[in-house]
Amino acid sequence: MFEATEINIRNKRIGKGIKFSFLLMTVLLATPVLIILAVLIQKGGPMISWDFLFSDPTNGMTAGGIFPALIGTISLVIVALIASVPVGVAAAIYLSEYAKDNWLTRIINLAIINLAGVPSIVHALFGVGAFVLFFKFGTSILAASFTLAVMTLPVVIVATRESLQAVPYAFREACWNMGATRWQTIYKVVLPNAISGILTGVILEVSRTAGETAPIMFTGAAFFLPFLPQSVFDQSMALSLHLFVVSTQVPNVPEELPYGVALVLIGIVLLMNSISIAFRFYLRGKKKW
Amino acid sequence: MKDIAVQTKNFNLWYGDFQALFDINLSIKQGLITSMIGPSGCGKSTLLRSMNRIIDRLDYVRTTGEIHILQHDIFDPKVELVQLRKQVGMVFQRPNPLPLSIRENILFGHRIHAGGKKSTKNEEDEIVEKSLKTVLLWEKTKDRLGNSATNLSLEEQQKLCIARLLPLKPTVLLMDEPCSALDPKGTEAVEELIWTLRGEYTIIMVTHNMAQARRASDECIFMLMGELMEHSPTTDMFVTPKHEKTAAYIEGRYG
Repeated sequence: MFEATEINIRNKRIGKGIKFSFLLMTVLLATPVLIILAVLIQKGGPMISWDFLFSDPTNGMTAGGIFPALIGTISLVIVALIASVPVGVAAAIYLSEYAKDNWLTRIINLAIINLAGVPSIVHALFGVGAFVLFFKFGTSILAASFTLAVMTLPVVIVATRESLQAVPYAFREACWNMGATRWQTIYKVVLPNAISGILTGVILEVSRTAGETAPIMFTGAAFFLPFLPQSVFDQSMALSLHLFVVSTQVPNVPEELPYGVALVLIGIVLLMNSISIAFRFYLRGKKKW
Repeated sequence: MKDIAVQTKNFNLWYGDFQALFDINLSIKQGLITSMIGPSGCGKSTLLRSMNRIIDRLDYVRTTGEIHILQHDIFDPKVELVQLRKQVGMVFQRPNPLPLSIRENILFGHRIHAGGKKSTKNEEDEIVEKSLKTVLLWEKTKDRLGNSATNLSLEEQQKLCIARLLPLKPTVLLMDEPCSALDPKGTEAVEELIWTLRGEYTIIMVTHNMAQARRASDECIFMLMGELMEHSPTTDMFVTPKHEKTAAYIEGRYG
């Protein structure tokens, strides 16, 4: 009496078909990443050497290393983080813990979503107008980093807000009921439990910041500048722009060179992502609820 | 005649346009356990949550009337919520220990009110020991105070949630179905604990479980559709209810 009927069999077959097609989509999604990595390693791998990483480009950028660009990207990322993380985290805390659900909050939320959708070249123009000209930073690391910071703020805000909201409401209630103020609650209970998510957001931001080209093109990244920047008011090279330059703007570049640059760039991003994942595992192991 | 710990005067409460409480007038005596019963949605939790104004968190809540705790109107603009909540502690349905160690949970309230002043380790040890002894948890936990509180059993967690209120020296303890997440053994243990706190603290306990109200409270309040129907000594209410709706409810004819 419990045998499968025609309908059962048909439904099961449909279910299996759906599952398989979803699996296919997932595989499809992962393939480009793997192919990119494989090609980069195959073509750019031989380029990577101590010399490539730590020497200046020579011969009109057709030979030599990428040291100024590497240092430039690292400086851009660090300054951008210093500018955006405090602002983004504070904004997220406000939105998650203090803001009431009124029209102002809704407009701010809408603005954040739209900020995330603004094309990076538009951010570049904003950066020129605001940081280079209005604040008179000139084309400099500072102007470029601030432009990147504005562009990546939504990443930090959204990641932070989501990790704050993942902290159970019961913890907040428990604190309030012992007479804790909002700030005491945030500082002692909410933030310590949200920190892993916040860090993930920050590291995601690092990978985006490192890879962007358009926003830094007009604001602070130099086409060719084989010196290290002395201060944040100097221009500097950057890996992403360097990749663009050596692949399209300079004649007679050996084929492996751009691949080498790309491999270093993606290496930085993957390294940051792995640190983020490792850190998350570590923190998750410590928290229990 | 006992002193009155909590008194409400014509207390009304609205969630937006929906009126949840209608003209509640009641006087809860100090040092007794008063249980609040009634079917779901009758407003008993709402009333309980009004007593330490945790309900203020919802900005669409509006109230009229007064609630006095120890003869002071808690809706007075001069009232500092932090002070109110120190006096009126709350225990929730689902035990909600903070994701900290047992010791840190107990000291949490003490520390947030210390204003950055550090207590010596001895003072802190004393607070922890005293609170845990009061809730009958000391013997079980004294050797693992550094362990995470979230690893305790539900019963122990709930006891800890009660214990962590005590260093604040509250006068009123509000309990919102404190046993409904526990098994019968845990329920019994927590009820016993509540009974030992009787006298020193005024305890107001919302419960869905009529048998619990009957065995574990001095007085009983019956609410229905946002109105207070009856408030009498527990023994009277379950033997000779004054109101026919009360009688019908405790006999299980609705609810």
